[in-house]
Amino acid sequence: MSDPVLSVRDLRVEFHTRRGVLKAIDGVSFDIGKGEVLGVVGESGAGKSVTGSAVIGLIDPPGRIAGGEILLSGQRVDNLPPEEMRKVRGKRIGMIFQDPLTSLNPLYKISEQLIETITTHTDLSPTQARRRAVDLLAEVGIPAPEKRIDSYPHEFSGGMRQRVVIALALCAEPELIIADEPTTALDVSVQAQIITLLKRLGREHGTAIMLVTHDMGVIAETADRVAVMYAGRIAEIGPVHDVVQNPLHPYAEGLMGAIPTLAGEDARLVQIPGSMPRLNRIPPGCAFNPRCGYRFGRCTVDRPDPLPWRGHRVACHLYDAASGPHFLGEGKTLAAAKKPEEAA
Amino acid sequence: MTTPFVRVSDLSRSFDVSKPWLNRVIEGGEKQYLKAVDGVSFDIPRGETFALVGESGSGKSTVARMVVGLLPPSGGGVTIDGISMSDTKAQVERQLLRRRIQMVFQDPYASLNPRWRVQQIVAEPIRAFKLVEGEADIRARVGELLTLVGLHPDDGVKYPHEFSGGQRQRVAIARALASEAEFLVCDEPTSALDVSVQAQILNLMRDLQDKFGLTYLFISHNLAVVRHMATRIGVMYLGRIVEISGGREMFQNPKHPYTRMLLDAVPDLAMSGRDREPVAGEIPNPINPPSGCTFNPRCPFANERCRVERPPLAGGVACHAVHEGRLAVKDAA
Repeated sequence: MSDPVLSVRDLRVEFHTRRGVLKAIDGVSFDIGKGEVLGVVGESGAGKSVTGSAVIGLIDPPGRIAGGEILLSGQRVDNLPPEEMRKVRGKRIGMIFQDPLTSLNPLYKISEQLIETITTHTDLSPTQARRRAVDLLAEVGIPAPEKRIDSYPHEFSGGMRQRVVIALALCAEPELIIADEPTTALDVSVQAQIITLLKRLGREHGTAIMLVTHDMGVIAETADRVAVMYAGRIAEIGPVHDVVQNPLHPYAEGLMGAIPTLAGEDARLVQIPGSMPRLNRIPPGCAFNPRCGYRFGRCTVDRPDPLPWRGHRVACHLYDAASGPHFLGEGKTLAAAKKPEEAA
Repeated sequence: MTTPFVRVSDLSRSFDVSKPWLNRVIEGGEKQYLKAVDGVSFDIPRGETFALVGESGSGKSTVARMVVGLLPPSGGGVTIDGISMSDTKAQVERQLLRRRIQMVFQDPYASLNPRWRVQQIVAEPIRAFKLVEGEADIRARVGELLTLVGLHPDDGVKYPHEFSGGQRQRVAIARALASEAEFLVCDEPTSALDVSVQAQILNLMRDLQDKFGLTYLFISHNLAVVRHMATRIGVMYLGRIVEISGGREMFQNPKHPYTRMLLDAVPDLAMSGRDREPVAGEIPNPINPPSGCTFNPRCPFANERCRVERPPLAGGVACHAVHEGRLAVKDAA
């Protein structure tokens, strides 16, 4: 396999506050290959957006990257000086944020914003850049792009604005696009259009996409692989179909059961007791242990690392051979661990 | 047949969105009205959950606000337990009725007073309606209510900022129950919450319904949540109900083209990796809605009649194509 487009190795992000150091990201590693869509899910505060910001080098003080490395096509980008990073950002990494209105400057026409971005990152002349901007708008599905290109952002609807933002992200043909909650502010019917668009673009351009969202449905339809984050760490990462159908980590299992679906019986939803701990009160051992129904002695002391397990990586002691009797052997599922010792 | 607990009949509301008088005189131009809600009717039997779904701008929250009496309707009316919400003669009865209707809002960060302790917040309806006399008894009742929604009685001394979003929504529900309400209007009660917390709140709401026989009007844009909660569902589009049917039936046999489109658009866990038919267009500007059936510009089945004549709501669906039999509807199995 060739080099992954994005490779994050043991990334740690800390925020220095008056109340001490908060570890927002604590040892996160993952790869995204060419043309691959990696979904990153988790609840608020899990660190999914911070991971995205770290990759594009937009962590503002008091936050800082405290360790690990980020490689873009084999080149380290986490320690680049700000001027160098500016050239990477936009050219090699495109960004799509949640609210299309705040990512566009309301005082400039769409054409000016697109042409500025294109001429900054490529050698095209302004006339050529304008032609390219029209092509891009057509590609993201904006009707009559020759006319619409001279409109202001407020003249577009929410869905159309998000298309413009996607066109902006595509300007310099980046290797990687980071999409942070790209459909959260949109209505379902528009959301479906944007998802289809993102999928098609990833396929046609071979762009790697890191899709950050809290909506498991969006991930299930768009992503190839998914990383489930909890309290600044990856709980489970694996092929999207497997994680949705047969989650391994107890948190992932709870999360899937908590989502009401359109099919199936309307039984009670699975509820995970409690809520995610605050960053200054992460419990020792596994961060999920106070809410976990499978907890045993080792979980409250020893922090699990993501270990490979049937094509996934899972950070749970149940899948670690060193856990002795609690170890789920090959072929066993979570159901086999249903009786934690507390129940006895 | 007796009248249902809640009856909404031909409810309408328009907002004046005209330019100021002086601008109209100088620049010309007529008064402009936005019809947010246009002839909406539905019944909710006691102990059931009726849900309104629709995209932003479809008028579902405006309906909710008119049902609880926060907004006067421009036409039609709401009757709850036989008492009209807009009839001026029924002043006294309506005052008594107010106690029995409560609302749960979307954002638990905005709907609780940040300067009040939780016990004050929950006790407010009790004091306002003089349901319990004496401080000690009020405090005991507040503790009871907090336990009911899964909090601890000692949590009463805390301020809202000390709670997470899900816990705040529990406080809001406790406050709604404090007046011994029978009818709760919930406007997107879980949209601001994370999925695992959303599951807790939805389960809690169903438990409370079983326990006290509560009646819910549930407003949401999330079809999966609605399917989980509702016994009957109304789908709104540009201020009108386009389809109304039983919860199960809606998802098994959607009739209206808009409902079909919505159901197809929802990303669902079960359908990972599929390629789907992209949906065409967006909800139009409600100030100048399309003539005839308001859905016709986006509808693949629209013909000349749809562009001219507005379809009536008949047989649970407002669509010419379905009425004429042009669009096949699966028989309810």
